[in-house]
Amino acid sequence: MLKLGQPAGWATAALAVTAAVALAVPSAMAQRDPAYEAARSAGQIGEQPDGYLGFVTSPTPAVRDMVNDINIKRKAAYTSGAPAGSTVEQFAFVTGCNLIAKTRPGEKYKAPDGRWLTRDSGAPVRDSRCP
Amino acid sequence: MIGRRFVAVLMGAAALGGCVQIETPDKPIEINLNINIKQEIVYKLDGDAKKLIEQNSGIF
Repeated sequence: MLKLGQPAGWATAALAVTAAVALAVPSAMAQRDPAYEAARSAGQIGEQPDGYLGFVTSPTPAVRDMVNDINIKRKAAYTSGAPAGSTVEQFAFVTGCNLIAKTRPGEKYKAPDGRWLTRDSGAPVRDSRCP
Repeated sequence: MIGRRFVAVLMGAAALGGCVQIETPDKPIEINLNINIKQEIVYKLDGDAKKLIEQNSGIF
């Protein structure tokens, strides 16, 4: 009876751990990493019209790795989230329109002509197709 | 006869040369994101894009 009880106990513990991880993941996704936030406000990185982050200045290896990692995650999100009838690039583009619109004053974004601009209190310069 | 033919060849060559035209673009050069998207798709995707940003705020 004890031998039967043991695996059941492990299974319960394993389930509890799985549940805890499942709960922890969304909260980890809910907020920006402080290093990411810092690189944004420092103007080292900025939002591009294609829906991905770009380097405004030559990045440190840490910033480069962080941005590459975020862009991979963004690509995955665009890929799984693109509604039927649209491409990943189209979904990324419309998300990029929104991300540029959401930049805060002082943050960098790329204008349709390729220049990096600093967001001010006015509306950002976006692609004419943005909603 | 040879002289005339030679002149004709020369004239033909000159005529052909005259056909070369250099066309200059009459529109200003625009650097656009190379993406094909219709306005109706933009508006259709806008709500989904906003939702995606909200639900994955760590990477946006």
